[in-house]
Amino acid sequence: MIVNRKPLTIWERLYLPAIAGGFKVTARHLFRSLFGGKTVTMDYPEQKWALPPDYRGAPYLVRDQDGNTKCVSCQLCEFVCPPKAIKITPPGPTGPMADRPNAEKMPLEFEINMLRCIFCGYCQEVCPEEAIFLLKDYSLTGQSRQEMVYNKEKLLALGGTHPGIQKWKHKLEEAKAQQDFPVKI
Amino acid sequence: MSTAATTETKPATPAIEKIKVKVDGREIEVPKLMPDWSGKLTPTTMIQACELAKTDVPHYCYHPKLPVAGNCRMCLVEFGTPALGPDRKPILNPDGAPQVRKSPRPAIACATPISPGMEIYTNTPGVKQMREGVLEFLLINHPLDCPICDKAGECRLQEYSLDYGAAQSRLVEPKVHKPKAADLGPRIVLDDERCILCSRCIRFTRDIAGDDALGFINRGSYSTLTAYPGRVFDNNYTLNTVDICPVGALTSKDFRFQMRAWFLKETQSLCASCATGCNITIGSREEKIYRYEPRQNDAVNSCWMCDHGRLNYKWIGREDRLKEVRVRGQKTTWTAALNEIADKLKNTPAGSAAIVASARQTNEELWLLSKWKAKLGAVSDSIPRTGEGDRLLVSADRNPNTNGARLTGICFTEMGAQLPQIAHGIASGKIKTLIVFGEDVTQHGIGAELLDKLETLVVSDILPNATTQRAHYLLPGCAHAEKRGTFTNVKGRVQKFMKAVEPPGDARPEWEFLHDVVHHVTGRNGFLTIEGLFNELAKDVPAFNGLTWAGLGDTGATVPI
Amino acid sequence: MDWNFIIFSVVKIAIVVGVVQGMVAYAVLAERKISAWIQDRVGPNRAAPPFVERIPALGPALIRLGLFQPLADGLKFLLKEDFTPAGVRKAYFWLAPALAVIPSMLVIAVIPFGSHLGHQKMVIADLNVGILYTFGIVSLGVYGIVLAGYAANSKYPFLGGIRSSAQMISYEIAMGMSVIPVFLIAGDLNLSQIIGWQGRHGWLFLYAPVSFLIFLVASFAETNRLPFDLPEAETELVGGYHTEYSSMKFALFFLAEYSNMIASAAMMVTLFFGGWTLPFWGLDHPATSLGMGLLQILVFLVKMLSFMVLFIWVRWMFPRFRYDQLMDLGWRRFVPLALVNILVTAVVLWMKS
Repeated sequence: MIVNRKPLTIWERLYLPAIAGGFKVTARHLFRSLFGGKTVTMDYPEQKWALPPDYRGAPYLVRDQDGNTKCVSCQLCEFVCPPKAIKITPPGPTGPMADRPNAEKMPLEFEINMLRCIFCGYCQEVCPEEAIFLLKDYSLTGQSRQEMVYNKEKLLALGGTHPGIQKWKHKLEEAKAQQDFPVKI
Repeated sequence: MSTAATTETKPATPAIEKIKVKVDGREIEVPKLMPDWSGKLTPTTMIQACELAKTDVPHYCYHPKLPVAGNCRMCLVEFGTPALGPDRKPILNPDGAPQVRKSPRPAIACATPISPGMEIYTNTPGVKQMREGVLEFLLINHPLDCPICDKAGECRLQEYSLDYGAAQSRLVEPKVHKPKAADLGPRIVLDDERCILCSRCIRFTRDIAGDDALGFINRGSYSTLTAYPGRVFDNNYTLNTVDICPVGALTSKDFRFQMRAWFLKETQSLCASCATGCNITIGSREEKIYRYEPRQNDAVNSCWMCDHGRLNYKWIGREDRLKEVRVRGQKTTWTAALNEIADKLKNTPAGSAAIVASARQTNEELWLLSKWKAKLGAVSDSIPRTGEGDRLLVSADRNPNTNGARLTGICFTEMGAQLPQIAHGIASGKIKTLIVFGEDVTQHGIGAELLDKLETLVVSDILPNATTQRAHYLLPGCAHAEKRGTFTNVKGRVQKFMKAVEPPGDARPEWEFLHDVVHHVTGRNGFLTIEGLFNELAKDVPAFNGLTWAGLGDTGATVPI
Repeated sequence: MDWNFIIFSVVKIAIVVGVVQGMVAYAVLAERKISAWIQDRVGPNRAAPPFVERIPALGPALIRLGLFQPLADGLKFLLKEDFTPAGVRKAYFWLAPALAVIPSMLVIAVIPFGSHLGHQKMVIADLNVGILYTFGIVSLGVYGIVLAGYAANSKYPFLGGIRSSAQMISYEIAMGMSVIPVFLIAGDLNLSQIIGWQGRHGWLFLYAPVSFLIFLVASFAETNRLPFDLPEAETELVGGYHTEYSSMKFALFFLAEYSNMIASAAMMVTLFFGGWTLPFWGLDHPATSLGMGLLQILVFLVKMLSFMVLFIWVRWMFPRFRYDQLMDLGWRRFVPLALVNILVTAVVLWMKS
């Protein structure tokens, strides 16, 4: 396609109308932001974004309403994590039992390297226990690389409580209700 | 050795009649009789025919190496047989082909023998519906605790639920709860809620291990697997039940909550705990070994291995492994140490050196040592290691490569016969140089005071001991899981194993540095790869003639011993 | 030797250099603030020494205006690593920033920034040939830039240096010719005399508007300001001649650029806008009292600052010229226009006389 360039008139070639137009536009913006207070800049640390409800921030571990660790160390998040930010140490046969009744397993250590994490939310999506959630934190800072590797304690403290159906507790209650199991072994 | 498990591949009897069947519309010829779990010829079943047709039939209780029980109903298939007229003659279609009449009832493929002209349908809507129904039954009381279960990732219940099951449960009643984490024996944990009552473990321990320790009690939904009252499930083969358990009911205490199955890198290897040489798969992740699992090899170990061999891997990751090359206690580099050794040995007069090799070394390493021996005119021997064998897999000979040591000429028929001679030689001052590989000779008649008399003591080992402490040249070696090589088992089966994890520190596979030294000492050039080395060995040692590394395959080859 | 003259000269030099340096610092702030406002932003509004915050009402307002930003900038420049890249021609590399700064400061010596304070003339050197001196010194400024581009031994600075030398030489011709009508009209080369003439007859931009226009545009080009900032051209040349410079050496180029702006603004005020004069309240005559003298300095500064704002404003208004357009404008438009301007002025003056 050929677009013919319109020849400029003498008046236009003097640049003067363009200069005047430039002054007009810039002056309008200058006065508006100087006296109208209409700036687009946000005073970040004092002012903060209103985060949308589906915002994906840093992944943290949550506790159930009884204050127990929900994670059972199934390591699916470790498996699915694209940047391999999650590292879980399973309890092994001699490790501590889970801190809630009936769930036999709990991670011995759970580390998320926040420098690696890309906040994709796969861990939340894959978690069968609703134990890891991407919360609203986006401003994670630290003085060293080591400091940016969040351990289980820190993740649980940051994650807070997330009430849920408490599958394992429910199972235990159900089993207790069947105390008169036909034959005792 | 009993033949129950280790069925040597016999030349096929030519007299077996072949019959034609159709699997999902594809006609194949299958033998009329096939070996069952014990190797006895029995009429071929539909599941075997389907396997020959490369068609998957899902199954739980059926296992090719166990007696057929037929209680899981997962392998239900539909089938048809040629219709017969009143005259007992096949009714023919207009096109001349026999008319096949579909059976109104399905049959379990694992226990129904085939007949000529039979057609098996594994993919009809009816079959799919049956599978879905069976899975729904199995899952009624299943706890669905996959996130905790060690079997997750290699669980048949998971796999088939995904492939054939309904996505949702229709059950609203509370589930029946059974004992969880029941202690069945020293190595086994049982979760009865997960059990689908396939009875594979019962059949294994009764018919293969010969220890009838397990059984079901109660009825219906309350059926429970348990050990007989007062008995502990503690024979030497208990962990095989973990392998064959299609769900996570039986789990290994050793592997319990250690690592998820899907993270494990699988490496084909061999068990080095006795001369049987069971084929195994090593599960490792990030240079740490998590478990051994038996790998099927009908010529050696069928599908099984003993608990002792299976759990004998922890020493590989020990912290006190030898990790540094040391010359008279000082840390140095491989190049420096090997050059120094080579210089020393080049000038050794014939007859003044002795070699104590280990029958835990590979064929290649022993062969390289034999080259060394020939050059030095040295006396050589290895150290016998015996224990109690059993009728199934455990061999009385606890060295994995006794036959390799014999065939390569490191020792002769009577292993250990030369040791007193070597001790005497050192004591009399005739032997001034001793080369020890992978053995603590102080435990075997060559005491510390004799070692102190030596001019040169070259020691390669994996873990520290009294001999390595006195070594002038200490060369850190590798466990078999850290290198490649071959073993020759008690029956002359040459099998190769692969590298699962990296050796720690400066440790190197023995064949690598042996090759370097032999090259320096004898001047012969060789191959820098294990493949080339084995092929050269096969040309040099008469018993191995004709073998190649590639030709060994996954299950090895038998040599005359 | 007139000790009085020396002492007062030294005092004047010190004050002028100090004021110019301060103005440079705050010109940078003005640049950032004005650009922010034009682009609907807020600009620097954080940096402050800790105690300022505690001043009630005024403190936060000052901080929001960014008044302490130049201090922070200066401190940063001083503390940054002074990095000399490998492969540069070291002697020239170190010389170039100095060569850029010195002429820009020297130009200011002849500018009369006021009439009298007491008996002192408010000019450091009241030269008879003031304007010629100015052009002479200004043309030295290009050496700093060209040398920087050459010494850095890197392609972007090199291209920047080349562009700069061509551009400055081209526009010096137009600039020089544009002021000839001014001398024809005023009849003197001494800047103080020119201001005096304007005080009596009215400002020269009314007599020679075309001259003013050419001078204005040429001074944009001479100071490497947008729309003629091709030697720096961040988007193409990664900063041009000062790409390889860091720390205080880089700051010196900054200083030179803004000093040049100040000098250009001062020249325009002096030549075309009556210098320190105002046509009312008797400010068009040399001051007779101290107050009047100070007031005239103030008048000069206000006029000059207006031009500074214009410089800054224009930068955020126009896109950069293409190189051929720049040369076209200089040689084929302004040089002929300046020549015609001289001719017309001369003819008109001849006719009048």
